[in-house]
Amino acid sequence: MRTPLRPLARVLRARADGSNPDLIERENIHNRQQAMQERTHSRAAARLGLMAACFASFFVLIGVRMGHLANTEPMEPVASAPGAEIVAQRADIVDRNGRLLATNMTTHALYAHPHDMVDPKGTAQALAEIFPDLKADALERRFTDGRRFVWIRKVMSPEQMQLVHDIGDPGLLFGPREMRLYPNGNLLAHVLGGYSFGAEGVHSAEVIGTAGIEKAMDARLRDPAQGGEPLQLSIDLTVQATVEEVLQAGITALDAKGGAAIIMDVYSGEVIALASAPTFDPNNRPVPLIGKNDEASDSPLFNRAVQGVYELGSTFKIFAAAQAMELGLVNPDTLVDANAPMVWGKHRIKEFEGKNYGPLLTVTDVIGKSSNVGTASIALMIGGVRQQAFFKSLGLFDPLPIELVEAPGAKPLIPKKWPDIVTITASYGHGMSASPMHLAAAYAAIGNGGIYVKPTLIKQTAAAKGTRVLSEKVARDSVDMLRGVVTTGTASLAEVPGYEVGGKTGTADKPKRTGGYYKDKVINTFASVFPASAPRYVVLVTLDEPVDSTGPKPKRTAGWTAVPVTAEIIRRTAPLMGLRPKVELAQETTLTASSN
Amino acid sequence: MRPVLYVLTFLGLIALGFWAYRENYATQAALREVRGLQNEIANLREALSVQRAEWAYLNRPERLRDLAGLNFDTLKLLPMEPQQFGAVAQVVMPVPEIAPITGPIDSLSGMAAVDDNIADQVEAIVATAAGEGL
Repeated sequence: MRTPLRPLARVLRARADGSNPDLIERENIHNRQQAMQERTHSRAAARLGLMAACFASFFVLIGVRMGHLANTEPMEPVASAPGAEIVAQRADIVDRNGRLLATNMTTHALYAHPHDMVDPKGTAQALAEIFPDLKADALERRFTDGRRFVWIRKVMSPEQMQLVHDIGDPGLLFGPREMRLYPNGNLLAHVLGGYSFGAEGVHSAEVIGTAGIEKAMDARLRDPAQGGEPLQLSIDLTVQATVEEVLQAGITALDAKGGAAIIMDVYSGEVIALASAPTFDPNNRPVPLIGKNDEASDSPLFNRAVQGVYELGSTFKIFAAAQAMELGLVNPDTLVDANAPMVWGKHRIKEFEGKNYGPLLTVTDVIGKSSNVGTASIALMIGGVRQQAFFKSLGLFDPLPIELVEAPGAKPLIPKKWPDIVTITASYGHGMSASPMHLAAAYAAIGNGGIYVKPTLIKQTAAAKGTRVLSEKVARDSVDMLRGVVTTGTASLAEVPGYEVGGKTGTADKPKRTGGYYKDKVINTFASVFPASAPRYVVLVTLDEPVDSTGPKPKRTAGWTAVPVTAEIIRRTAPLMGLRPKVELAQETTLTASSN
Repeated sequence: MRPVLYVLTFLGLIALGFWAYRENYATQAALREVRGLQNEIANLREALSVQRAEWAYLNRPERLRDLAGLNFDTLKLLPMEPQQFGAVAQVVMPVPEIAPITGPIDSLSGMAAVDDNIADQVEAIVATAAGEGL
């Protein structure tokens, strides 16, 4: 009911009282306004309340949903079938042609809940029969000592799994496992390394690399963003197999303790083959030697090509010659002092078997005849500071940047001080040690027209970026000198018709652990580039304690051991790498019609 | 008017409920099928990876070398040698086949056609030779 502003009854009464009837109107207006205000206020309050309730319910809704999501088991989105990729947890490794080197296989792990077991004793005996490496009584003790969970096997074959099923004990349980498989067995073992399990659960286990490229590239192999995309190595499986076969044959024939062989592409720095013998099976990696008197190099796990740092002997001589030519101190025909023996302080620098090639030799002949004294003279012209800088630019002072976990540990052994006598000995590869891989990379720089490219085990798609360490002319002359070593010098057995091999031999006495050198134990190295007219590959072979006992006197120089092995490797692998020989060797095969 | 509207609304509701019920079950069936298919895909993938591993295992260089040795009598396989390379010039070019003349040719236009045919083949041989860098 709307109250009039001037109700007649009150107005009349007011008039009768003599008071101002306008006051009544004003009072009514005031009352009306107040009522309106109250109404608006309560409506606003209601709206605010509703709003607050809405917000509160939304928050509760979102909170509940979040809690729900957090508590549910994660599962793949079922509805989005086409995009759902089920990928292995660790990427495959393939060679440069896509042949499989390492892959995953699903198998099962075996564990036990002893409290669910019907017959712990019988089960333990049955398991020991299936797995010969398990002991029945030890298993039985673990089943009965009150623990509620026992791991029995990390992986097993389907046949073994079936046999375990046949035991039929409800306490034996299987968990799915992804294991790593190296289908090629011993091949490329030192590069691949091996695997083991990391964090293990009943439903799955982490597969982690333990050595080689598996460990060095662990993050890349396990990266889910690149899952399923195999890691492609620069290794060529066929070439690798041939190199390992020839190297092993050479080691057997020369009665060597071990050996290493490397083939490297000089342009890209890609390692095409990397072998170290003796080798092992990465599927069943042997236990490392940990005894006090064990030398790491006695273990088959030891990668002689990368981990072994040796005094590489005369193979270093070409660096002195190349640097002296680069500095303009000599040219290939300059005569240098080679009058043996050379006396420097209290040291006498001698030649092999006390010969004297001097008094003067051209630089080409210093390399060809492998003259220590001639090289020493060249090194003294260069001086220690420049020599060190050059070795550093060839990467001979730093650990290798190659993708193997062993590489950073194999730091070259460099004398702390560098007096002139070290300049002399280092020029012919004594007094400092580096790995065969270091030497291969340095020779690749000479073969690559003087540009040093970092060695790599990963297939390269783009052109390699390198640093220039020698001018093209000097690199050319150095390769010609290396070729001369094969045609007329110490490495005549390296001649492979059609492939113009050039290289330098190196024979270094093995250092004793107690100091000094062995008389009859040597490390033989042959570093080569081929074809000399346009170098494509570096081949390097190192043999540990080889001896050629075919003649009346045992021969231990590289020319009789590492060189023929290298020649055989080149003869076998160059055709595999698609290199055409320069000259025609055989008579042309022609087909003629015949009656029979 | 109003009761009719009520009845129609009610019927509509029932129809919608029925539709939603059927859709729900159809969706669940589809999801079940998808799950089954995904399991099948996973199994096939696993089988594929096992087969790839087995292929690599059976083709490992060591085994192939042994097999080549065992079957030398029939296969006569030897390691690749440098002298097995040849020059393209050593390969005898295939003699172009001339289509057999089946019917009698008696007119000048027919001769022209045969000539064209041979000319085409000669052109093709020259082009292939140029492509091989001869």
